[in-house]
Order: sequence, then structure tokens, then C-alpha cells
Amino acid sequence: MPAVSKGDGMRGLAVFISDIRNCKSKEAEIKRINKELANIRSKFKGDKALDGYSKKKYVCKLLFIFLLGHDIDFGHMEAVNLLSSNRYTEKQIGYLFISVLVNSNSELIRLINNAIKNDLASRNPTFMGLALHCIASVGSREMAEAFAGEIPKVLVAGDTMDSVKQSAALCLLRLYRTSPDLVPMGDWTSRVVHLLNDQHLGVVTAATSLITTLAQKNPEEFKTSVSLAVSRLSRIVTSASTDLQDYTYYFVPAPWLSVKLLRLLQCYPPPDPAVRGRLTECLETILNKAQEPPKSKKVQHSNAKNAVLFEAISLIIHHDSEPNLLVRACNQLGQFLQHRETNLRYLALESMCTLASSEFSHEAVKTHIDTVINALKTERDVSVRQRAADLLYAMCDRSNAKQIVSEMLRYLETADYAIREEIVLKVAILAEKYAVDYSWYVDTILNLIRIAGDYVSEEVWYRVLQIVTNRDDVQGYAAKTVFEALQAPACHENMVKVGGYILGEFGNLIAGDPRSSPPVQFSLLHSKFHLCSVATRALLLSTYIKFINLFPETKATIQAVLRAGSQLRNADVELQQRAVEYLTLSSVASTDVLATVLEEMPPFPERESSILAKLKRKKGPGAGSALDDGRRDPSSNDINGGVEPTPSTVSTPSPSADLLGLRAAPPPAAPPASAGAGNLLVDVFDGPAAQPSLGPTPEEAFLSELEPPAPESPMALLADPAPAADPGPEDIGPPIPEADELLNKFVCKNNGVLFENQLLQIGVKSEFRQNLGRMYLFYGNKTSVQFQNFSPTVVHPGDLQTQLAVQTKRVAAQVDGGAQVQQVLNIECLRDFLTPPLLSVRFRYGGTPQALTLKLPVTINKFFQPTEMAAQDFFQRWKQLSLPQQEAQKIFKANHPMDAEVTKAKLLGFGSALLDNVDPNPENFVGAGIIQTKALQVGCLLRLEPNAQAQMYRLTLRTSKEPVSRHLCELLAQQF
Amino acid sequence: MQFMLLFSRQGKLRLQKWYVPLSDKEKKKITRELVQTVLARKPKMCSFLEWRDLKIVYKRYASLYFCCAIEDQDNELITLEIIHRYVELLDKYFGSVCELDIIFNFEKAYFILDEFLLGGEVQETSKKNVLKAIEQADLLQEPWMHSVLRE
Repeated sequence: MPAVSKGDGMRGLAVFISDIRNCKSKEAEIKRINKELANIRSKFKGDKALDGYSKKKYVCKLLFIFLLGHDIDFGHMEAVNLLSSNRYTEKQIGYLFISVLVNSNSELIRLINNAIKNDLASRNPTFMGLALHCIASVGSREMAEAFAGEIPKVLVAGDTMDSVKQSAALCLLRLYRTSPDLVPMGDWTSRVVHLLNDQHLGVVTAATSLITTLAQKNPEEFKTSVSLAVSRLSRIVTSASTDLQDYTYYFVPAPWLSVKLLRLLQCYPPPDPAVRGRLTECLETILNKAQEPPKSKKVQHSNAKNAVLFEAISLIIHHDSEPNLLVRACNQLGQFLQHRETNLRYLALESMCTLASSEFSHEAVKTHIDTVINALKTERDVSVRQRAADLLYAMCDRSNAKQIVSEMLRYLETADYAIREEIVLKVAILAEKYAVDYSWYVDTILNLIRIAGDYVSEEVWYRVLQIVTNRDDVQGYAAKTVFEALQAPACHENMVKVGGYILGEFGNLIAGDPRSSPPVQFSLLHSKFHLCSVATRALLLSTYIKFINLFPETKATIQAVLRAGSQLRNADVELQQRAVEYLTLSSVASTDVLATVLEEMPPFPERESSILAKLKRKKGPGAGSALDDGRRDPSSNDINGGVEPTPSTVSTPSPSADLLGLRAAPPPAAPPASAGAGNLLVDVFDGPAAQPSLGPTPEEAFLSELEPPAPESPMALLADPAPAADPGPEDIGPPIPEADELLNKFVCKNNGVLFENQLLQIGVKSEFRQNLGRMYLFYGNKTSVQFQNFSPTVVHPGDLQTQLAVQTKRVAAQVDGGAQVQQVLNIECLRDFLTPPLLSVRFRYGGTPQALTLKLPVTINKFFQPTEMAAQDFFQRWKQLSLPQQEAQKIFKANHPMDAEVTKAKLLGFGSALLDNVDPNPENFVGAGIIQTKALQVGCLLRLEPNAQAQMYRLTLRTSKEPVSRHLCELLAQQF
Repeated sequence: MQFMLLFSRQGKLRLQKWYVPLSDKEKKKITRELVQTVLARKPKMCSFLEWRDLKIVYKRYASLYFCCAIEDQDNELITLEIIHRYVELLDKYFGSVCELDIIFNFEKAYFILDEFLLGGEVQETSKKNVLKAIEQADLLQEPWMHSVLRE
């Protein structure tokens, strides 16, 4: 029977809950619930007005039913009625129901907001509290619209009670998270910062969360919080364990607040020297306390203490500037690696992962390698083992790569299925990255296929083929090794694919050995043929035709295989077609033609590893960071850098190509239109694809990926000419030749004439704020004749769709002679992007169709937000962005007179702040800003050094994202 | 914090609090998946796990599991102590709390949670202050409320 029911008991509710608990079966429970629902419904519908108590009771029952997992589709109105009750308990239940059950139902939200408004205005702290709790729980956009302006006032008003302040702070935080655009920054922000000094620690605790979230987006506005947070923290960590009374938790002074303050400090770079000294003292005190004997044996004591310690270590890693602290942090984590508490071992492994990427502590982390390997072998909890594997990956460098790779391979044999694919990717990346000799690399990848063939994704085995193709010193070894691997009676299909491909290319390198003579190679491969999937068999057929070229002596045998009914009349159209085409090719083509068509693959262009991209996708951003952004070994860049086919090598479009993940973008669908058109032109054709004549299969895509760009590739020769697809309505032409030049005019300005010819003038006015922009396009008809079917559209080539959202309004289809129409574009930058959207304008002028494609003047720098900073901060950040791939530099001749004022104006127009007194040379320009996108922010620093004598400039950009640095550098360099 | 779930060893959900907007369907799916995952773990295992792009922190008290989902930057250990502080608050309020108290007085469990955590962040860590707020509310008698409102 019911346990205590404090406060206001609702007997009916307790009885109902007991009934439910006494139900013997699910059916009985549902029956009882339906009975109750019918009862409540009739009460709500009944003629007799319900009193507040009954309403409260029934609403509470509905809530309980909902929490049991049933849907509730009525009662909302009654709950809303309760909100305006004068009885606290009724109001409270009403609010609870709304918080748990209401999603944005527009009709109700208006009523709810009304009730909330009344309670906020009541000046009754308990009612205000309820209202604020409700806003913080629902947090919908409608609520933000209604209250985001009001709550800051409540928060900073002098007469607001402490408990209301606390609720108001967190309520505002919730609204800011859902609708940052609706929370206006203003005078209140500085007063909020001063809440860090408040007497009441509860107020400080709530305010710190709010400030942290706001500071992440508006660092300038809240930078005074740094010194306040440090002094608050310093007072806490030096206080005796009883000083803070009820805010001391198991002898740890204010652990929640300490963690929050340390979190807040992670929004900023290391502070100025004076504050910095105090902060360092705090951090040292926290590290020292970790060494003291515990004040209590309770796990709560050690958890709270270590929570602060781990947050302090995060801050130390974030600053990454005090070698002494970093090494101490590393030693502390080293102790935790062997702690008997599993939780601490887990966190130490996790935290060390980030420590491994700091140049100061990388070596210190490496000393723990044996402990970590041991953890990988002996930990009983898979999530801890996973952390150990992550750490090994992060601490790997040239000196320990062989050991780590072999341990991970060994682990793979028994690893949990859930993490095998990830381990495979990591091994593949490490093996490639730190390969000193490529035979080791080839061995490692083949081992991967042997041990965990099912988990070796296509990226991995494509990659080994690319690398072998590009490096002739390993080709012979690779051929020999795959040949041996294929001897195994049962080998994984991925092994057959790799083997088939490599022998088809380089089988000749081992043909001299009678044990691997051409006929032996062929029969070995063919012995696997019938057990393989269609895709692999298709690949093997390509290998066979290559064999005919490499080894004329196998021609008869292979032709017999191709001619066999099982191939020529294969039910699978792809296999059939290959058999037919290859057979014909081998019979009709002369040796010379055959040799040209089947020539060895050309090297692949160097690119970022597609495996790395895959790992990032799997783990979310930052996963590959240890290798990718971290200490990249510059010496290994050139030889170990990625190889990947460029879009221009793709000869046959295939919808399945994307599955291969070799490229992030879908394959361009057009034939290489004109020489020198480059990527952009190809991108433009992206969209309605001309159907390839060959049925697209994964295999087809594979071949097309790897096939050389030569027009005389076998597929192109033999395939029926692809029917030219009708240009769809969305098909647009390439940008006009001057498009780039016109675009460049708008890099540093927002308004002007974008285009003009005898018929048409297009003007632009635009404004950008944060990651949003609005653009007005003015189309002027310069003739006296009406334009008809006038339709300007914006097109996102390639990946741009995911990077930039442009909403356009339709314009009238007729533009009278001499008239002007206006089009509004709403632009949102989702993430960093490199190519501008295209603007396609079509219309009929006197019966002739006119079409024109321009580049819309939206470049990444439009989303710059200037950042002012002191010289010291600038150099600190400049130093933090010192990895070679974060920097882009250009030295170029001045195209315009070198005038300092003009240069300044251009840099400001570009969007960055200009920082004075930073560069020791006053001739130079230094700037800083943040590129705001929805997904991320990219900090950018720039430096422009004019050399008047030589009429040259040197421009250097540093950002946290490699493509952004390069792109900004190119954009800006064209302006001078 | 993105959400907190309380569920029994039998997998019955006792309390749910969401700090991010999700559809009911999504909430049910997450709950089902997480309850399964957590119940499958052995007693000595660590209290943290990666799940989707979140970190899960959980702890069992008698028959009840307390399970929080936090973001990548959040502190696991302090979250573990958020759970413990909440258990202490329940315990103090109900007087050696058990699962039944939470079943029969689920609304109180919500009120206490709202005083302690708001919008997914710790609002007040002092046990005294949280309980004072709740007990004051319990004491509010209707006639008195009327007089307040009439003033």
C-alpha cells in the first residue's frame, strides 16, 4: 500500500496507482487504464463544473498514465485551467503536466504563455519560480519569443529574490540554447557577469552556467568574467572544508561550482599575467590536494575531489601553455591508470588521449604505453578497453608505431564486434601514416583482412591498392605477398579483390618464378572465382583481360573462360557484358591497341586519406584529430599523404559511387565537357545525370574510380555511346567567363552592380550578421521590350547544399521594358564552404531565350565577425595555430597602387578586425576574426606584409581549418 | 545534461526528465535502447559509457537505476555526484526513500528535481535550500495563498 504521501495527499490517485500495481497482466493493466481514461473523460465533459481539487487529481492521474508509456490526447485544457488557479498545489500540478506533456501546440501555448506572464508579474516568488521552471522545461521557440526579453530584467533586478534569480538564470540559458537569436545582448550582460561575486553560492552556481554558455558565442562581451571566475575559484580552493557550510560536499568545498568555473575558463585563452599567476596557483593547489590523504573513505568524497581535478586538467590541456602543469597532470593521470576504481581508470585513459596531442606532454604520455597495452588486454569492461585503444591510437608516433599496430592487431582477434570496424580503420591509418617501409604496410593490411575481413571496409582495401599503385618499390613485394595469401584454402573475399587487382596490375613482377608463373597465377585466382560475389567476379574478369595483355600465353585459356556459357550468358547483366566486351576486345584488337587500353594504372593524385574521413564520420568531429590536426610529422607528409582519384578521372557516373565513400561529393555526372574547365564546371553539371549505358553496380563504380582518365579506356571503347540526356529544367550552363572577376569585386564590399550588358543590369545589396545574411538582387530591364518567362534561380553546386542554405523568393515572370524587379535571398551559412552558389538567370527577349550564369557574391568571409584582441592574445593564438596545414601563405605582386588607407579599408571590408600595435613593423597589417557558421566557428588570424620597394605583398592566414586558410588567402590575395 | 531517466531493475521507467526538445517517439526509442544497454552491464563495470554522441553516466541504488546523458565536454564524475545528491534529497524528504515512494509520489520527485536541476544544469546544490523550498511549498495552505494574492 502507499508509502508516505506528504503534503497534499490525493487518495484517489494513490488508489489508482495501487490498482495498476496489482494488475497481474499487461492486459489487465490496459483494461484498468482504459476504464480510468473513460471515467476522466466523462468527468471533464460532464455538465457539473469540477472543483479545483478534482481537476488536479484527474490531471495527475493522466500524467501518471502518460508516464507508464501510454499516449494522452486530452486533458491539456484542464491542465491549463489549473495554471490560473490561486491554489499553489493546483497551479503546481498544472505546470508539471505542461512541462512533461506539452509540445508546441500553438493554440495552447498562447494560453500557457498568458498564465506564465501573470505569474511572472505576480511578484510572488513561489509563483515566479513555478513559471520559470515551466519555461525552462518546455523551452520552445514560442516561449522564447514571449519571454526572452523579460527574463534578463528579472535576473538583474535589485529586488529579485535569490531563488528566483537562480531560476531566471537557468531559464534564460535554456531559451538561449533553443533560440539564441531571440535573446538580445545588452546592458544586463555586464550585471550578469557580476553575479559571479554574489554572496549566495547558489546564485553563483546558476549564473556560472549561463555565463559559460553565453561566453562561448560572445567571448568579447563576457571576457571580464575571467578574472572574476579566477578569484572566486581561488577563494573556494583555499577555503577550509567547513567554511562553505552546506555548499561543502563530503569535505570538498563547492565541487559543482568549482567544475563550472573551470569550465567557464575553458572558453578563453590563458588570461593576462596577473590573473594567470593566481590561476596557476589554484591549479597547483588542486593538483596538490590530489596527493593528500583522503579526508573521508566515502566514494562521494573522492568522486567530488576528482571531478574538480579532471576539470582542472581539462583546463590545463586547453591552455596548453604551461609545460610544468601539463607534465604534472600527466603524472597524476598515470597514477589513476592503475587505480582500483574502474571509473578512474576509464577517465584517465580518456583524458590522456587529449594530453597526447600536446607537444609538451606527448612524450610523458608515451611512457605509459605498457600500462595502456595491458589495459587493452586485461580490462573486463569493453568501454574501458575502447578507451585504451583510443589512447594507443593517440599516442602513436614513428617510434612506437610497430609495437602499437601489432598490439592492436592482436587485440582485434578477440575484440568485441561492436568496435572491430573502428579498430580496423585505426590500424589501417597508423600503418599507412607511420610506414617506414611499405612492405610492413602491405603486410599489416593483409593481416587486417585475414583477421577481420568482414570489418575491412572498402576504403581500407581501396587505399592499399592506391598506395601500391603509386609506389613502384613495393609493387613486386605486394604481388608476391598477395599471391602467397591467396594460397590459403579459405581466404576472405576482400583478399581475393586485393589479390585480383594487384596481380592484374603487377603479376608480371613475379611471373619469372616458376612457382608463380602466369598460368599458376591465373588458376589460383580462378579457383576462387565461383565462390565470390558478383562484384568480385566482375573485378576478376577485368584482371583476366589484363592478364591477356601481360601474359599472351594465357590468352587461349582466358578466352575459353570468357566464352563459356556461364559467362557469356550470365544472368547478371554486368558479368555478361564484361565477358562479351572483353572477349571481343581480346579477339579484335591488335597487340598495340590492347597494350594501350590495358596499360598499367597511372598514379593517383595525392589527397587526404579517405580512411581518415571515414573514421571521422564514424566518431564525429575530432576523432581523427590526434593524427589529423595534431602533431603531424612533416617529413611523412609527402610520401604518406593521401592519394585519391580526382573527380576528373571519373569516366562513368554511377549512383552507387557514393557508397564507396572515396569522395564526399556525389560524382559529377557530365562527361568532361571542355578541356581546362576544371572542377567547377564539372560541379555545375551535377544534378540530373546522364544515364550510363552500363548498369551501375558497385563494381562498375570501382572500376570507374580507378580507371585512368584516358578516353580510350576499355569501357568507353566498347560501350554503346551513352544517349545524351535531355537537359532538365534545372540544368544550367557554365558561369560566364567574367564570373570570377565579378565575384572578386564583391569580396570586400556588399553593394554594387554585379552584372550589366545591353539587356540587363543586376544590382546587389546585401548585409550579413553572424552566420546569416540577406541579399537583395535588382534586375533591371534596360530595353523597352518586356522580358518573358523571367526566372532567376540559385543553384548549389556539389556539396554546397549542406554548407549553405539560400532561400529565394519567386519573382514575377514578366519584367516590363525599363522596369526593375527585386528578389530577396535569405542566406544561412551552415558550415564552411569554398565555392559560391550560382545564380542562373533565364528569360525570353523578343522570342529568343536568354540564359546567363553568374557566381553569387557570397563568399565565406561574409560571415566574418571581427575580433579585437591585445597583442599578447594575438600571438598566443597565432602560436596555437602553428601546424603547417593551418597556415596558408601567398607572396604576390601588387596589382593596384600600394596605399595604406585603401588596404585598410579593404581588410575591414573583408570582415576581419584590424589590430593596431600588434605587429612590431608598423607597415604591416594584422587582423583577426571568427567565421560564424551554424555548425562551427572558425577562428582566423591574418597578416599582410607590404613591400613597397618590390611592389609585393606577403599574406599569411592561420585558421583552425586547413581549407579555410587556403581559401581565404586566395580570396584576399586577389584584392591588392 | 540532456536528460535523466530513473528505471527499475525490471526495466520499468519511473521518472523521465528531458532537457532537449525531442518527439515522444524519439524519447521512447532512446529510453528503450538505454534501459536495455544499462541493464545488460555487469555490476563491477564502470559507470560511464559512450552512446551515440553522448556520454551516459549511471548508478544503481537498490532496485533503481539513475541514468543521465551528458555532452562530450561535461564532467562524468560530477554527474555521478549529481545523481547521488538527488538520491540524498529524495532520501531526506521521504525518510529512507524506496522505489515505492517514487512511484506513489512521482510528482514530488519531479518537484525536488526541478529545484535541484533546471534546464539540465545544477541550480542549487545546498541540500538545506532545496528542501526548504519544497517544504515551504508543502506548507502553503490555500487560505494563506488567498491572502497573499489579495494584498
